[in-house]
Amino acid sequence: MKETLERIRQEALSALEGTQAIQELETLRVKYLGKKGELTAVLKQMGKLSAEERPVVGQLANEVRATLERAIDTASQNLEKAALEARLKAEAVDVTIPGKAAVLGRRHPMYTALSEIEHIFVGMGFTVLDGPEIELATYNFDKLNAEEGHPSRDWSDTFYFDQDSRVMLRSQTSPMQVRAMESMSLPIRIIAPGRVYRKDEVDATHSPMFHQVEGMVIDKDVTMADLKGTLNLLAEQLFGKGTVTRFRPHHFPFTEPSCEMDVQCHKCGGVGCPTCKGEGWIELLGAGMIHPNVLRMAGIDPEEYSGWAFGMGLERTAMRRFKIADLRLIFENDVRFLEQF
Amino acid sequence: MNLSRKWLSEFTAVDAGDKDFAEAMTLSGSKVELTHDLGGEISNVVVGRVLSLVRHENSDHMWVCQVDVGSGEPVQIVTGAQNVKQGDLVPVAKHKSTLPGGVKIEKGKLRGVVSNGMLCSFQELGLEQRDFPAAYEDGIWILSDDPELSGLVPGQDIRTAVGLDDHVVEFEITPNRPDCLSVIGLAREAAATFDQPLHLHPPVVKGGGAGELSQLLDVETPDPELCPRYTARMVRNVKIAPSPKWMRERLRSMGVRPINNIVDITNYVMLEYGQPMHAFDYRYVKGGKIIVRRAKAGEELTTLDGAVRKLNTNHLVIADETRAVGLAGIMGGENSEIVEDTVDVVFESANFDGTTIRKGALSLGMRTEASAKFEKGLDILNTLPAVNRACELVELLGAGEVVDGVIDILNYVPQPTVLKLEPEKINALLGTSVPAAEMVRILEKLSFTVEADRLTVPSWRSDVKEMADLAEEVARFYGYNNIPTTLMRGQTTLGGYSPAQKLEQSLGAVCRCCGYDEIITYSFISPSYYDKICWPADCPARSSFRILNPLGEDTSIMRTTTLPSMLDILARNFNYRNKSARLYELGRVYQPGGPDGLALERKVLTMGAYGGDMDFFALKGAVEAVLKELRTSDIRFEHPGDSPAYSYHPGRCAVVWSGPHRLGILGQIHPLAAQNFDVDAELYCAELDFDALLAAKGADPEYVPLPKFPAVTRDIAVVCAEEITVGALERAIRRGAKGLLKQADLFDVYRGKGIDPGKKSVAFNLVLRADDRSLTAEEADEDVKSILALLERELGAVLR
Repeated sequence: MKETLERIRQEALSALEGTQAIQELETLRVKYLGKKGELTAVLKQMGKLSAEERPVVGQLANEVRATLERAIDTASQNLEKAALEARLKAEAVDVTIPGKAAVLGRRHPMYTALSEIEHIFVGMGFTVLDGPEIELATYNFDKLNAEEGHPSRDWSDTFYFDQDSRVMLRSQTSPMQVRAMESMSLPIRIIAPGRVYRKDEVDATHSPMFHQVEGMVIDKDVTMADLKGTLNLLAEQLFGKGTVTRFRPHHFPFTEPSCEMDVQCHKCGGVGCPTCKGEGWIELLGAGMIHPNVLRMAGIDPEEYSGWAFGMGLERTAMRRFKIADLRLIFENDVRFLEQF
Repeated sequence: MNLSRKWLSEFTAVDAGDKDFAEAMTLSGSKVELTHDLGGEISNVVVGRVLSLVRHENSDHMWVCQVDVGSGEPVQIVTGAQNVKQGDLVPVAKHKSTLPGGVKIEKGKLRGVVSNGMLCSFQELGLEQRDFPAAYEDGIWILSDDPELSGLVPGQDIRTAVGLDDHVVEFEITPNRPDCLSVIGLAREAAATFDQPLHLHPPVVKGGGAGELSQLLDVETPDPELCPRYTARMVRNVKIAPSPKWMRERLRSMGVRPINNIVDITNYVMLEYGQPMHAFDYRYVKGGKIIVRRAKAGEELTTLDGAVRKLNTNHLVIADETRAVGLAGIMGGENSEIVEDTVDVVFESANFDGTTIRKGALSLGMRTEASAKFEKGLDILNTLPAVNRACELVELLGAGEVVDGVIDILNYVPQPTVLKLEPEKINALLGTSVPAAEMVRILEKLSFTVEADRLTVPSWRSDVKEMADLAEEVARFYGYNNIPTTLMRGQTTLGGYSPAQKLEQSLGAVCRCCGYDEIITYSFISPSYYDKICWPADCPARSSFRILNPLGEDTSIMRTTTLPSMLDILARNFNYRNKSARLYELGRVYQPGGPDGLALERKVLTMGAYGGDMDFFALKGAVEAVLKELRTSDIRFEHPGDSPAYSYHPGRCAVVWSGPHRLGILGQIHPLAAQNFDVDAELYCAELDFDALLAAKGADPEYVPLPKFPAVTRDIAVVCAEEITVGALERAIRRGAKGLLKQADLFDVYRGKGIDPGKKSVAFNLVLRADDRSLTAEEADEDVKSILALLERELGAVLR
């Protein structure tokens, strides 16, 4: 009987080796392990054995059964795996065929630059203000301490709607400083982005309409050192950590002291090159401590409060940020341009 | 403002190269734009002496010269000029030299004879006849013929020999600092910047000219507020001639053309002192009387530039007893001009009211260097030293005899500004801790006088009025870049965006998700754009803010609609042959009727598209996406009916409503309007009013439990008249249902075989469900029956 069991083992194992399909495995399982299978047949004759032989043969028979069951399982798993692999292979696609287009619109680069700036200031507790573009000269000039006769009031520089030069297109976002002072309670931290208008013919660096963002803080004990610290932070956020800046004295009617901030030319690192017109520095914005007259006109006591303000051109910032060579591209709105951003 | 470094060095010794000078001056507040090296293009050009010259062997007009260029061996140079003689000193461009205009000189052969360079004319050195009136115009510049160029030696650099060795610095002077529009003003800044002493010299006039000034000249100022000060002196027996080389050089370096000694002196003093000067020919000051008065209405004056100026009573003139002889502070009159045979001269050095001068110059369209200075407000104390300086120069040049005495009418006696020096306040504003003594040192080098805590502001610094101004002075010389950098302290503020701003951001995001690119268009348009978008001539919406001084008609009115701006951009992209475009802008329109005579500035979300699979429903889908983001309820799209939609295709246009609120309009652009923009394709636009969108914004979402019980679905197709809209059918279905209908989705509209002409079959998929139980088929059918009954009763739509 032992010999029979061994033969069954040998026969079954070699039969398993050649199987190609799951059905064949099932046939083999029935043939050897099924109710009428060969191994079952052997076991049915166990009764004929002696008491000594029975456990030995029984153990062997169990071993053979376990071996065959394992072997069938393994073969079955292998066949399933092979079948899956074959299916996946058949399902393979050419991954270089273009994807089905999910068309995504792009944000205009000027607004991208603006939103970066907004986020920096909103994070520092600034409110974003919006105001009129058709503005009273009072807000654009008078309350900003720009005296009668200031060159920017000229009809050659600014667009007017009436002969008395009363209503105009704002030439700067600075009137929002005054509007904020008049409508908000202290302390004030605002930025005010928007369109501004100047009588410049269109060329690679000029446009009669462009965008600025104004920033202003009024509080007790505000210093010029704070202004510098905040603007340095802005420059680093916009142009990267380690951006070098410098501050130069300048003049604006509504700030005193006034300054302009330059950033070191990214192209030449300050040596001088065509990008910075040989200066090594690129002008970024104008700023200063709010002129005491501006505070007084808004009913704020300059002895008690001080403040700073800045204004910067957004197109220029976007052009620098994205290396756009010509301002006209910004307003041309060619989709081939827009979709680059 | 230009500044000659040589002229500057007369007042202060600054030892700095161009780059260091520019940087230091810029950082102390006088921004340097550019530095010109006057002789920068000239190199290796020297003074040479012609030792001998012989006829060229192969030419009857060229000469072969042996020239001493100061380097031992003479060099041989061939020239075609005929005015060179043995012994002459001439400019020699040696082998490997450069001349203005990028000219390079190298040795070569001229008709077989070696020439080691070139002899030069003054024009080849970039000069003009006015710079050297004695120089021969057609030929080589014979330096030795000009007595003003004596003492030159062979080998000397031509740039130092003829005064081209100067460097001129171009400054951007801010309008608050008219005092810096002068050599002395900038010298003051430079001396302070480089911590060098400033050497000023008060003019000394010998005088002694014939006559008594009070007998010769009388000045009246009937409008004293327009002429705060009038200072004048007289010079007799004037000899009009070119001014000397040094003066011509100075003027030239500052960009002023030399004319003659008297005119040059007035320009020289204006450049040096910043005080505009004028010189009249005394012969033409009738009655010896100068009257500074308003012009008479219609009075005419021919100014020095030859133009006839028609004046009015807002103009200030210098007149004699009979007529105007000059436009005060702007330009002199031709009738009293200094000419060749002028004998007696009146120098005017006055202070005029800045606003009057500015308005006068503006109205006559003649902003001059003088008027530009006056309009910024000049130091009233400067007129006397300036006129004395002019007289001193007359004597120095031997140009005439100065009459003793000065006419000086002072209508306004300025009081010096005295401020309290409060170092702790300055430090508090700057965020610094500059010692008081250092502040005093800085202010004193700027000519402030300090006595204890009392500061007297110099007369030329009318821009300094209070502590903040002093803080700037201190900061400029302490160094802006030495001020520490700190961050804000103080009370925390909330900051952030308003609900409207947040909505703007999410509207933009939805548009981009739908594939629309953001654009920026000009707020001003051409009035003709209203025609282009087919608005009738009497359309009230045409009423626009009109710019009185526009750049051009194309940008002359503020738009009351964003549509033409969008169409402009679509058309541009179409004409660039971009296959498709989907664009959006959240821009403003400007309608009359705002507060204070300002505009109502409303924002409009404008979407525009063409190409690709764009059609009415693609655009409508994008608009629906926007409304979905807003969670707007009760949305209806309706044909505009009687409301104006001139710019749109009448059959492919819808007004979108949320309840009673009109949100906007969308559709295909009218083919005629598209044609007006030169586009022969279908353009699609939507205009949604931002305020209406904001008002229609739905509440924040609240969770609704997911259905626990299964739904029953039924498809129905009804046949109805062509004019019944899907929207009407849908609304009828909703009303017809008895409460179980959850959804009704259109899935087919069919016309043709099996359907009578003029009719259509419309099919819906209905979803019915109860929230508390599983529906039975009978229950669902009850609802459907009720729906069908209503459809038939109200719309004549029958089950197909």
